[in-house]
Amino acid sequence: MIGCLIAVAVLLASAALALLAGRHGRAPTVIAAVGTAIAAGVALPGAIDALTGAAPVELVVTWAPPIDQLRFGLDPLSAFFVIPLAVLGVICGIYGAFYLDDQRARRWLAAPACFYNVLVAAMLLVLLARDAIGLLVGWEVMTFASYFLVVFDHAQLEVRQAGWVYLVASHLGLACMLCSFLLLGGHGLGFGDMRSHPPGGATAVVAGVLGLVGFGVKAGIVPVHVWLPEAHAAAPSHVSALMSGIMIKLGLYGILRTITFVGPALPWGPVLLGLGVTGALVGIALALYQRDLKRALAYSSVENIGIILIGLGVGLWGAENDHPAVAALGMCGGLFHIWSHVIMKGLMFLGAGSLLHGAGTRDLEQLGGLARRMPRTSALLVLGGVAIAALPPLAGFAGEWLIYLGLAHGGTEAAPGSGLLLLFAVAAMATVGVMAVLCFVRLIGIGLLGQPRSGAAARAHESGGGLLGPIAVLAAAVIAMPFVWPLLLGALEPVIEQVTLARPDTAIVRQTLAPIAILGGVLWVGVGIAMVAIRRLVRRRRAAETWGCGYLAPTARMQYSGASFAEGIHRLLPRLLRARITARPSADLFPSPGQLSADRQDPFTRAAYEPLLDRGARRFGQLRWVQQGLLHVYILYIVLAVVVVVAIVSLRDYWVLP
Amino acid sequence: MSSLFDPLLVVILLLNLFVLGASRLRAVIGASALQGVCLGILTITAHAEITLEVIAVAVVAVAVKAVVIPRLLYKAMRDVAIVRDVEPLIGLIPSLVIGALGTTFSVIFSQTLPLVAAQQGSLILPSSFATVLTGCVVLTTRRKAITQVVGYLILENGIFIMGLALLDAMPFLVEVGVLLDLFVAIFVMAIIINHVSREFASTDAAELTALKE
Amino acid sequence: MTLADLAQVIAKVVVILVVPPFLLGVIARTKARMAGRVGPPLLQPYHDLRKLFAKDSVLSSTTTWVFLAGPAVALVGALVAAALVPVGDGRALWAFDGDFIALAYVLGLSRFFTMAAALDTGSSFEGMGAAREATFACLAEPAFILGLLAIARATGTLSLSSFLGPALAHQWSVAGASLVLVAAGLLLVLLAENSRIPVDDPGTHLELTMIHEVMVLDHGGPLLGVILYGAATKLFVFAALLVRIVIPLDHPAWLVWAAFLAGLVAVAIAIGVIESTMARLRLPHVPALLLSGCLFCALAIVLLVR
Repeated sequence: MIGCLIAVAVLLASAALALLAGRHGRAPTVIAAVGTAIAAGVALPGAIDALTGAAPVELVVTWAPPIDQLRFGLDPLSAFFVIPLAVLGVICGIYGAFYLDDQRARRWLAAPACFYNVLVAAMLLVLLARDAIGLLVGWEVMTFASYFLVVFDHAQLEVRQAGWVYLVASHLGLACMLCSFLLLGGHGLGFGDMRSHPPGGATAVVAGVLGLVGFGVKAGIVPVHVWLPEAHAAAPSHVSALMSGIMIKLGLYGILRTITFVGPALPWGPVLLGLGVTGALVGIALALYQRDLKRALAYSSVENIGIILIGLGVGLWGAENDHPAVAALGMCGGLFHIWSHVIMKGLMFLGAGSLLHGAGTRDLEQLGGLARRMPRTSALLVLGGVAIAALPPLAGFAGEWLIYLGLAHGGTEAAPGSGLLLLFAVAAMATVGVMAVLCFVRLIGIGLLGQPRSGAAARAHESGGGLLGPIAVLAAAVIAMPFVWPLLLGALEPVIEQVTLARPDTAIVRQTLAPIAILGGVLWVGVGIAMVAIRRLVRRRRAAETWGCGYLAPTARMQYSGASFAEGIHRLLPRLLRARITARPSADLFPSPGQLSADRQDPFTRAAYEPLLDRGARRFGQLRWVQQGLLHVYILYIVLAVVVVVAIVSLRDYWVLP
Repeated sequence: MSSLFDPLLVVILLLNLFVLGASRLRAVIGASALQGVCLGILTITAHAEITLEVIAVAVVAVAVKAVVIPRLLYKAMRDVAIVRDVEPLIGLIPSLVIGALGTTFSVIFSQTLPLVAAQQGSLILPSSFATVLTGCVVLTTRRKAITQVVGYLILENGIFIMGLALLDAMPFLVEVGVLLDLFVAIFVMAIIINHVSREFASTDAAELTALKE
Repeated sequence: MTLADLAQVIAKVVVILVVPPFLLGVIARTKARMAGRVGPPLLQPYHDLRKLFAKDSVLSSTTTWVFLAGPAVALVGALVAAALVPVGDGRALWAFDGDFIALAYVLGLSRFFTMAAALDTGSSFEGMGAAREATFACLAEPAFILGLLAIARATGTLSLSSFLGPALAHQWSVAGASLVLVAAGLLLVLLAENSRIPVDDPGTHLELTMIHEVMVLDHGGPLLGVILYGAATKLFVFAALLVRIVIPLDHPAWLVWAAFLAGLVAVAIAIGVIESTMARLRLPHVPALLLSGCLFCALAIVLLVR
């Protein structure tokens, strides 16, 4: 725990130093990256200690009233999130130093370097806080630091608008969190107090719902996810990786904390399960037809958060309804998927950054042919795509596997009503899985393979070792994770115990994971042998153009585009989730100009938030006359307000006393 | 408290009304300077025992409020070359009426406050509120930036008087702090007025409406 | 492990490796017979494979390692799937709880790389095939999982080898209606996943009608051989599942084996008959067909859980 506090101090100090290093070439980013590395190295041992059952250490800081005391400490739940934060933080920090490097002549790089470290420090603070005030302060600093990182390219209008949406959404979430904590903090705002005095009845339900919504905004739960695609697409790639990787997991951390405070007043299992299924289906459906690579990855994050919620939901359901196998499998699956998603999403976003760096665009319709021009980035992205589509033998499959088995156990053993729902949840997850495969084959196939669809893609160059190194580290982790997990089960037990208040039975989880490790090994060996054999078989080869069943002169524009690939499934989606396509086809017998435009705005924004906010803005516009712009009028308002308050206070006695 | 106390407070109240009713800029600035002198004397008479710190505060108060700031304002007045008239938005007689109403209101309000016995009959709180209100009225109803500075000055005077009422509770540091705050604020305002007049050829605050959408 | 067990394992491995192309031969022969022709010999697919592996390769200059990985992963995936499916005496080579999900995902891995290899060629034709394949897989997969889940719920176990074993025989008498629905749904999934009429026509080369055929247009020679063999193995996997659902015998061993092999041939003949008597559905109607497969299986679950 002390290590984590030192890490926070190191991060803040390196941020300040980076700012002071100012205009001196690479110095700011190097200082910041070194600071992140030192901080990660110092924080990790403390977090690992906390997970493996060391005695909890708490730091109490006295403050002025009304706060009195601020407490910091690590319990297993916090430590569980500190570990991926440290790992991803240092990797994205090093990547960011190289990523922004070629802009150092034009831009002041000390600012993003400084804010990055402040962001990581704030996230550590959120995890270290053991009372509501500390958490909220850390949360707010996190929001602002990430805002300034998101609007790095503020010369573009979309980036500014994305930052604005992010800021507003974060603060609406913060308002809900604040109300939730105030309702829970009747006996004191420390976590220990809140935990030992759970509120009753309606207060608990309202506090739980507010906490779920407030933290859910950050986590990216449908329908309050609308800021996620905007912000994660607009931010620089290493920031997107950090945000999509670990920052949205802090929303999940908050939800788990709220569950420990509110307790069984809300039926958390079914609620999380329902939200998870909805989120997963909506997230992947929206990811399928995105044209912007990073927007698609952001929606995929929404989908994966849904899957994690399914796991946590079924685990909590199992714990509430006395199915220890289901509880252990579900919770372990959800928690493992949190860790694997951190690594996989980091890998994909950093890879997309390398792609953007080499090809200059992230528009899918202008990419292509990059597997020949950027072979290493493409190989890593293919690996990442397979991992995120949750295919064996990589990390994504192992997490979902546990969730599947938790659901299947519950479905086959439970009473008819819940059993039916759990079985349909399995089918929903299977559908999500196939759609994820479709989504990532589309991104990889259209983006990396085939022929380049634009000049920028044709001129793409491979990224340097500085960008590829961090991605390779994450790729190695993705490959190794399914084999390493059976060893890490012991670390998850205290975390699960904290949330479900019962010691989980991880023997069945170990038993369930073993075949997956073997399957992974078999697949790797099998594919290796098969590739070697095939290379031998095609030894006698000659090269030619693509035959394509007899097309004599294929061009790059004749290839299937991203929109065409997704069209089939797009047509099958519910009308609400589809893009708005306005088309004016050519009406003649002979070719004549036609027109088609697709609006891929998030359907929740289009259908709900925008109309609501527009109507609100018009109503509030009627109050414009209050803003006169004259200094005198403003001072008059202040004076009037003071006079009115004074009058009320002084006349109150006359009302009370007859 | 000596017998000079209440008469001084009455003088301050009268000066408030004078500021509200005067139409010449020099008179207004002079009145606020005179208020500063009164406040200096008040500081000395308010304390039971006259130590070195008391005299220091009084001297600084007189120096800042009666000498430095009015000189700054006179200089600004000359530099900007404005019409040496207070340009009110609501007329001088109505201002006077509002000032009188404000003083009455302050007196009534002070009666309703749960005060310590020693303070019950004193004029400190009413005059403090009245001065604050006067400052606000001047800020609100005068066009020129310089008169707004004077209004702010009078506002701070009112706060200073309140500080004298809380003498036992307020350490010296706070009194000095209030004076420092006043000094810095006026200084900044003078600089701004100078720059504004240079940029816009006018220090009419009624023309600074860029905040309106 | 006793000698009998070792013999079983070897027999299963031999069957998995050798039988799949034979099923393709049976289908081709059935279709020919129903069309009034004599048809190719039953062992023709083996000759085709031998011919293909002896050929040279022509690789497109647009393609990369992904083009070679497509057939490789497809084959490995199909073989691993075959190892997970109950063969012969009702037990798979490798069984564990939840293996039916692993089966679906391993086939998904094959599908991923097949589609990627198709997009690697940079031809609009292959891209079209990949897009259609992806779309129909989204509908076929839930049907597959729901069908197997229904059986899992009925028998209360989670491994293919256990729920397609003796417990299933009992369930036929208790919940026969559900199992018929599941069998119908899984038949539709089989037709969709193995590119059979009415979803796809394996014999056509017209743009309007191809899905799987078109994805492998540029693969030739040994690569096409690998793909053909992998497709045959995949057909074997689905057929084995269907056979075990319909004929869940447990003993004596020789009867079970004989029934299994006969069942495979019967499924192949049935596919041949379906392909000869039905026309391929228009593409916009295929989702409706697959959705009905989903609904069959969902209804089976509802009936079971009630």
